[in-house]
Amino acid sequence: MLNYSLKRLASAIPTLLLLITVAFFLIRIAPGGPFDAEKALPEDIKANLEAKYQLDQPLIIQYVRYLWQIVQLDLGPSFHYRDWTVNELIAQGAPVSFTLGALALVLAFTLGTALGAWAALKQNSVADYSTMSVAMIGISIPNFVVAPLLVLVFAVTLGWLPAGGWSYSFSHLLLPTIALALPMVAYIARITRGSMIEVLHSGFIRTARAKGLPEREVIVQHALKPALLPVISYMGPAAAGILTGSVVIERIFTIPGIGSHFVQGALNRDYTLVMGVVIFYGVLIIVMNFLVDLLYAWLDPRIRYD
Amino acid sequence: MALLEVRDLVVAFDTPEGEVHAVNGLSFDLEPGQTLGVVGESGSGKTQTAMAMMGLLAENGRASGSVRFRGQELLGMSTQELSRIRGSSISMIFQDPISSLNPYMTIGDQLIEVLTHHRNLKRKAARQRAEEMLHQVQISDPAQRMRQFPHELSGGMCQRVMIAMGLLCQPDILIADEPTTALDVTVQSQINLLMDELSEQSSTAIMLITHDLGVIAGLCNQVLVMYAGELMEFADIDPLFSSPAHPYTEGLLKSVPRLDQIDSGILSAIPGNPPDLLSLPVGCPFRARCSYAFDQCSAHPSLRETEPDRWTRCHLDTLPKPTENKAD
Repeated sequence: MLNYSLKRLASAIPTLLLLITVAFFLIRIAPGGPFDAEKALPEDIKANLEAKYQLDQPLIIQYVRYLWQIVQLDLGPSFHYRDWTVNELIAQGAPVSFTLGALALVLAFTLGTALGAWAALKQNSVADYSTMSVAMIGISIPNFVVAPLLVLVFAVTLGWLPAGGWSYSFSHLLLPTIALALPMVAYIARITRGSMIEVLHSGFIRTARAKGLPEREVIVQHALKPALLPVISYMGPAAAGILTGSVVIERIFTIPGIGSHFVQGALNRDYTLVMGVVIFYGVLIIVMNFLVDLLYAWLDPRIRYD
Repeated sequence: MALLEVRDLVVAFDTPEGEVHAVNGLSFDLEPGQTLGVVGESGSGKTQTAMAMMGLLAENGRASGSVRFRGQELLGMSTQELSRIRGSSISMIFQDPISSLNPYMTIGDQLIEVLTHHRNLKRKAARQRAEEMLHQVQISDPAQRMRQFPHELSGGMCQRVMIAMGLLCQPDILIADEPTTALDVTVQSQINLLMDELSEQSSTAIMLITHDLGVIAGLCNQVLVMYAGELMEFADIDPLFSSPAHPYTEGLLKSVPRLDQIDSGILSAIPGNPPDLLSLPVGCPFRARCSYAFDQCSAHPSLRETEPDRWTRCHLDTLPKPTENKAD
């Protein structure tokens, strides 16, 4: 297992390098630059600024220089927020985004698996069909539609919750968490239902019943774990979905997380900030997938990565 | 009163094509210590009979008639009541041992939960009893096996584990549904030998479901021959093998390869296929494939006791003696 882990971590390096390279050159292709504003700066000042941030050098030199910076875990200064480094900006936004993302993942996992398992146990009943229809709608509606709807109903019309803003409190967290988790709840419910139905028809469940175990024990002891395995393997992509979702959700609810930096950074051509967030997201997804694989191996004794 | 009394058992399944009758009015008894072989082709209703007895029919299946265990009606019993009998008084082992064991649990945990559930044993005592049982089914190094997962064991080992699991609570009845079909021949004979020894050692009645008459010959006292969900012949093992009364039994016996008749060259097979269970023919279900079929076979034959403890469902034995020469 240790061997496998080291190998996996080593293979993450080329992935990251590729990610950095593509992102670096892509953002440079975008028209405009970090110091372009509505009112153009005098040529001299612009030249000075570009010299200060070494933007006047050949692109390839900048690239190599940037890579060397990354190796030292330095994401460079922000071009837009002049007094901040990208490291500082990410350190500031990360706890906020983490809180929101983790809550959404937990909500999606618990609610999704519970609904899916329930639908599977009541297979072909009204409860099953209605849950799955709602889930289908949940998957189809993007969260940039769900979020304003939630705001409209619970903040504007009913006035129960604030429409936006941020604090580590239930009232500020509830709507963004739901908006972020909803499509995933639906998706996980569908995965769970499918795998649970399949597991319930398998030979070892028949054996568990033939043993005389009560139905509750058959489900909890024998069916739940294998039924959840597909959900576990979906948690890697789900984390990525949460990240992209959070970019939108943080904007809508004006939450000071990394997601808003990403959007703002791209609009401002804040090269280093965008790169920083991309790398941060990349590392996060790689780590998440790695953890999911380890968890999977731990849950399924037939899989041992050696 | 017999240990198990099955009367007029009917098992039907609702399918999109219509109602499928897997078992059609089956009756038989099982006595303590008896080893009953149930034989027939695929789709003759052997497995569904056992499933109905255990209350394990698929959701679209229904059983009617009566299955009484120690005088207690099993059909229609709640799952909760049934779960007290399953695994404790009546156990069942299945055809494919590897997929019948939970791949995510150790062998030990799967054995122990039977005892903690039915016998209220503490884990430690249950573990000890489970290890003894594994030893009894001739598994080497039981303590080690208890910690292993099913995929680390061979098919034969897994079936031994299943047998051990079935016998943990010293049940009155062990139903073995084709226990050796998925195993290779040398392992088959080991498992059969084991079942034979276990049945001699205990008073557990065994109901052995198989399509292999060779296995039946080695293990059973009585044989129940099923065709299209009906009992065709019921007899003690020796008379059945020496003089089969039903043409179907005769066909089955002829299609078993025999060492003492090796020169005959081609193995005979019963022509045709079992009838469509969606629309059973009127009259004798075996008529279309029977080389002795005559006018009377268009009427459904009833089950008759031709000799003591010997039952047949065939019009042939109502005829005067000339049919005797059918056995060559």
